[in-house]
Amino acid sequence: MSTPMSWAVADSWTMTRRELAHWARQPTQIVVGLVFPVMLLLMFGFLIGGGKGVEGEYVDYLVPGMLALTMAFGLEATMLAVTQDLNKGVIDRFRSMPMVNGAVLVGRSAADMLQSAAALVVMTGVGYVIGWRPHGSTGALLGALGLLLLFRFAMLWIGIHLAMVAGKPELVQAVQILVWPVGFLSNALAEPGSMPGWLGTVVEWNPMSHTATAVRDLFGGPGGEPGHLWAAVLWPLALLAVFFPPAVRKFAALSR
Amino acid sequence: MTDAIIVEGTRKRYGDKWALDGLDLTVARGTVHGLLGPNGAGKTTAVRAMTTLLRVDEGRVEVAGYDVRRQADEVRRRIGLLGQHAAVDEELGGWQNLEMFGRLHHLGARRARVRAGELLERFGLAGTGRKAVRQYSGGMRRRLDLAASLITDPEVLFLDEPTTGLDPRGRAEVWGAVRSLVGGGTTVLLTTQYLEEADQLADRISVVDRGRVVAEGTADELKARLGGDRIDVVVRDGAQLGVAARLLPDGATVDKDRRLVSAPVADRMAALTEAVRALQEAGVEAEDIAVRRPTLDEVFLHLTGPGQKDTAERGHMADRSEVTA
Repeated sequence: MSTPMSWAVADSWTMTRRELAHWARQPTQIVVGLVFPVMLLLMFGFLIGGGKGVEGEYVDYLVPGMLALTMAFGLEATMLAVTQDLNKGVIDRFRSMPMVNGAVLVGRSAADMLQSAAALVVMTGVGYVIGWRPHGSTGALLGALGLLLLFRFAMLWIGIHLAMVAGKPELVQAVQILVWPVGFLSNALAEPGSMPGWLGTVVEWNPMSHTATAVRDLFGGPGGEPGHLWAAVLWPLALLAVFFPPAVRKFAALSR
Repeated sequence: MTDAIIVEGTRKRYGDKWALDGLDLTVARGTVHGLLGPNGAGKTTAVRAMTTLLRVDEGRVEVAGYDVRRQADEVRRRIGLLGQHAAVDEELGGWQNLEMFGRLHHLGARRARVRAGELLERFGLAGTGRKAVRQYSGGMRRRLDLAASLITDPEVLFLDEPTTGLDPRGRAEVWGAVRSLVGGGTTVLLTTQYLEEADQLADRISVVDRGRVVAEGTADELKARLGGDRIDVVVRDGAQLGVAARLLPDGATVDKDRRLVSAPVADRMAALTEAVRALQEAGVEAEDIAVRRPTLDEVFLHLTGPGQKDTAERGHMADRSEVTA
């Protein structure tokens, strides 16, 4: 029963429950977190609309893009949460206890992934209401959602890493602002072909664009290209390979 | 049986400043030991080193018989820590906090629940229900924090300035809780800026300054080294400071800005009568004359020598740090 591995699982579950308990106490935070991307979706779907260079139904192009963008914006949510946690005294108690150290980060990951999964459900629901339809198989639909969550997982660990490096809430704001241009320098809203040459190239290189394109393909909508599936799998894995180990190492070595 | 805490020749550097500069400390099992020192003396750094929260650059740190670096988990199983800042989850309730910490101490779900209930009862927090810790008073929060440090009946309990920031009532609450622990066999290491607090709670006291121990002993031994009471005379005319200093007992110090002469005295009442008479005869007009206990400032002046004193950092402590006899 008391192998290190089973404690790692038990401690991670305890820390996940902690995050869930926070939600239960402050449900408005969760609701706001879900309403914001829906708002963006509706804004770009109706208010701004168009979609430069897109052939076919714009809503079928937009919804996958907005799903990917929502996953990307998760980075700042994770960074903010980790930064706030690190600046709380309770972290010292966790670290002076015989618990498995990484459980704090596992709890964070589990909670953020749950939140993102909920966001995907809500957004596809709203997308359905405004006319989006997946044209592929159920397997392809689930595969697309899996790709989005994989991308979110990579963003999550970048967020944790940045929080470790920055350490202070003030620096979160800088990242919150910077994530916007990076998020929009993608094909989330418009075809790179419609942009000036150099910008189109940057946009095509953006890992988020690969995810969006592969998801569009799996949904069977406009803007999808089958060739991007591998990139949509490999890019997040590469980002994880870069950011996951130092984030875990930094957390273990944390001392203020 | 080995000592509960053994710290030998520890050094820890932050930038170009040594937070610990050859700190040595030995604490016998079952005793309460006070680390007394001003802000920035290295007390918190020492506690963080002993509780596995930071690594020292040099030296040996052993707690409950285990090396904090090589056997951190063994140490963590045997210690409790009450830090300077509340180390509980402010968003959750008291019960939720204790139950969570119990699970993380690997008590198992059922024992964690039972233990949480017991501790809330013991620290007078049983009626708090679901209320978030954020809404607790300072004293309540500190008691919950203390309860969280005691989940596993630790062998060694670390209290880092447990009453800083509390009002007198909160301080009394925490003192009461600490006293009730002593006698149960727990070793307690307590840091404080207040001589009075160390005096009230600790069996032995180590005075820490600039990252090392400058004096150690029981409260009585340390007080004896301080030389007891002092007389303060504030003169009306600053030009008469020199005269006043000569009239007072040996060892008088002069503070020109405050027009104050201060000197150690042996017998309070005799010294007061004598001073009043001598000043009157010499025609020195006094604005104020008082006999008082030494302040912590003077403890440090006495222990570290006048050349090393850094008054700017320590001035704020004088008002609250009088020795209680």
